[in-house]
This record gives sequence, C-alpha cells and structure tokens, in this order.
Amino acid sequence: MEVSVNVNGEDVTREIEPRLLLVHFLRDHLQLTGTHWGCDTSNCGTCVVWMDEEPVKSCTVLAAMAGGHRVRTVEDLEQDGELDPVQEGFIQEHGLQCGFCTPGMLMTARALLDRNPDPTEHEIREAISGQICRCTGYSMIVRSIQWAAQHESAVSLEPSTAGSAS
Amino acid sequence: MQVPAPFEYERATSIDHAIDLLERLGSEARLIAGGHSLLPMMRLRFANPEYVIDINDLADELGYIRVEGDHMHIGAMTRHRELLESDPLADVFPIFRDAEKVIADPVVRNRGTLGGSLCQADPAEDLSAVCSTLDASCVIRGSGGERIVSMHDFHRGPYETAVGDAEMLTEVRIPLRPNGSSAYNKVERRAGDWAVASAGASVWMDGAAIADGRVGLAAVGANTTSIEEVTSVLAGAAPSEELYERVGDIAAANCSPQTDMRGSAEYKRHLAKELTRRSLRTAVARATGQEA
Repeated sequence: MEVSVNVNGEDVTREIEPRLLLVHFLRDHLQLTGTHWGCDTSNCGTCVVWMDEEPVKSCTVLAAMAGGHRVRTVEDLEQDGELDPVQEGFIQEHGLQCGFCTPGMLMTARALLDRNPDPTEHEIREAISGQICRCTGYSMIVRSIQWAAQHESAVSLEPSTAGSAS
Repeated sequence: MQVPAPFEYERATSIDHAIDLLERLGSEARLIAGGHSLLPMMRLRFANPEYVIDINDLADELGYIRVEGDHMHIGAMTRHRELLESDPLADVFPIFRDAEKVIADPVVRNRGTLGGSLCQADPAEDLSAVCSTLDASCVIRGSGGERIVSMHDFHRGPYETAVGDAEMLTEVRIPLRPNGSSAYNKVERRAGDWAVASAGASVWMDGAAIADGRVGLAAVGANTTSIEEVTSVLAGAAPSEELYERVGDIAAANCSPQTDMRGSAEYKRHLAKELTRRSLRTAVARATGQEA
C-alpha cells in the first residue's frame, strides 16, 4: 500500500507493507535513524516521536496509521544549526551516557515543556515515566530538562522553535 | 524483531463506514483504535487478523465526555489522557482519575482508548473494573442499529466481549446518581505495569448510611464484573472499619487469582481484600466530604 506522511515538515510517500511499524518506516525507509528501536513492546520509550504534536511510541503505531498525519522526530529538534534547549540541556547536565534512550527522552521533554514551560520535578518524572534509562538513574535527565526549562524561560519572548514541525 | 503477520489495512471514515467494512470483511477483521493492546498481541501472533480497520479518524466523532439526562456518556474513542485530565469526569467519578494515573504511562495514554481497553477485555485491565464498579452500560452498534448491554453482559471472559463480528462499541454510559463517590487502588510491580491486583469501589449515600455500593476487581480472576454479595451487604449499612473489613473478606472470597510472575494467588487474594477496603474507605470519605 502507499502511505503519505508529513515527517519533519516534509511530505513523504512510500510503498509499504501494511504491517510496517512507524519506527521501522522512519529508520529503514526514511533513514531517520535518530529514532531508536528498543524493546518492541511499548515499554522502553526510546522510539518516542510526535504524531500531531503528541508523543507516541512509534513501535506501537503502524506506519499506515500515520498516513495523513504529521510526525516529528529527534532530527527536527535542531533548527538552523541551533540545538533545541532540551538538547543543550542534555549536554550541559550530562543527561546521557550511552545515548540509547536519548531521542525518546528529548521528544518527550520537548512536548512537556511546550505544554508546561515550568514543570516541577515530579511533573518531569511523570512525563518520562514510560521511558527507561539504564545509565543515568534519571537524576541527570531530570536536571537536563530543568536546565532547558530555565534557559527557555529566559529567552522565550521570541516564539521560537517550540511547537509545530509543519 | 517482532512483526505482525501480514494483513490488509483499511481506514474507516465514519462509524457506518467502519460497520460496513466489518460486515464486508467478515470475522477475520479487527478494529484498531489506539493499538496499544492489539498491536502487541499481533506482534506476538496471539492475534492474527486478516484485515485491520483503523478507526482513528473517528476520534473526534467518538471522543467525548458529556452529561446527557441522568447518564454520563463517554465516547469509545476517548483516549486515556482525556479520561485522566477531564475535571467534569473526576468531579462525578473520581475513580477514573485514580485508575488513569496508574494505567500504562503518559505516552501510551496519548493513544490508548476507553473502547479499546474494554474490547481487549484483558482480565487485568483497569477500565473494565472501573466501568463494572460504576454499573456502566455499553452501547454496541451494528448495521441493524444500537443495543445496550450492561458491563456484566459485555465482559464475557478473558479477551471476549458481547461485541459481534460486524459490530463496534461506540459509547459507555454511566448512571449519574446523587450523593455518590468512588475510588480505585492498584498494586503494580513497576510504574505503568498491569495490575498485580486492583479494586474499585463506588458508594451512594443516604444520609449517614450507604444506600448502595459496588466493588469491582481486576487481575484476580477471569472476570472483572462486580460482586453481587458486596452490593447486598452494603445496602443500608453504616460505614465503619468493620464493614470495610467484611466487604474486603467477601471480595477476597469471591475472586480466583492465579499464581504467576506477578505474584502468588495467596498474595493477590490478600491484595483483593486490602485494596477493596482502601477503595471503599476512600469512596465513603469522598461521598461524605471527609476525604483527608
């Protein structure tokens, strides 16, 4: 079957098998390997991307179901050579070691801060509670997201990169 | 890599279209809503539908929480996140927010739906227990029109519901009654997991006494239906710790947990008792404005 998806602002059309999962569509058909493929059971959250501005686990969405929708992946966080504040936060606060969980964490963090620019630690932990990190013990991820929140609020008077990919 | 077996994909653009597709494609067709129950089953090859009918385009048509007459109507495509965040729902049925907080995780809750949860009919599924506790009814639509079945008749057993091959669940209706409240408690091994055991309770007060009450359990037997004996004991009873203890005992005696990787049957039976007590205590406190 043919599927057309808007990925990171670009309309792409591909011939796929109906059983193809979104994570494999992104990685194998579009070569967007920033989205990682982990547990395959919607537990680990490394495959999180946005569908219509909401984080979803792309291992549990059919590529066909994304047809006609907007998908945003970690590749779209950087805009015009500028890292998104959540990416910068993960650098500044050492929010990753092996990096496997990072793309999913970044996409969930971005979505959280778009909805709630000043989250409490509890709200951050709740937001990433469907995602597993085996390196950092989460503390540094939480601090990374806090870093982004603090630095965004300092510069957020310009309606920046937050929001739609389309 | 876990990949579903091959199937044909169809997308429904309306309820009637979905039912037409179901009729045309026959018993090997399955509706997919959020997909967070069906797709894992398909990847494990526990479910091997020949046709998958995507009903996510019906999310606007079937995604709602609204009062009509003396019932709360909730559309089958209402997603977990909407059930969690709805203040009007939590005001009347706080059991929904209690349960939704511990269903899966926020990202999964963006996709999963009320209808999908109920139709999956997993014995450990939380919303089936919630709907049983609230004495909900399910609206099932086919080409011949709608029929309404109680949760008792809807949930036929593990992974089996009253929804026929060419039918779909479109709505859940919950009776609105005065002076009531509800609560849900769940024990899980880790955040977002299926329940080891869980219990919901609802009560309706008549002054200081309980006029009516229900308890629904999940993960401690094949069914999540409410327990009749509880309802008869609660009718007209004055709230007390002794009453909660007695109802907890009834709940424990009326469940049939199995030992598995989540715990022993004995432990789950203990949980059924303790969680019933806690939910009942909280429901009464909420109904009488005494919640701590």
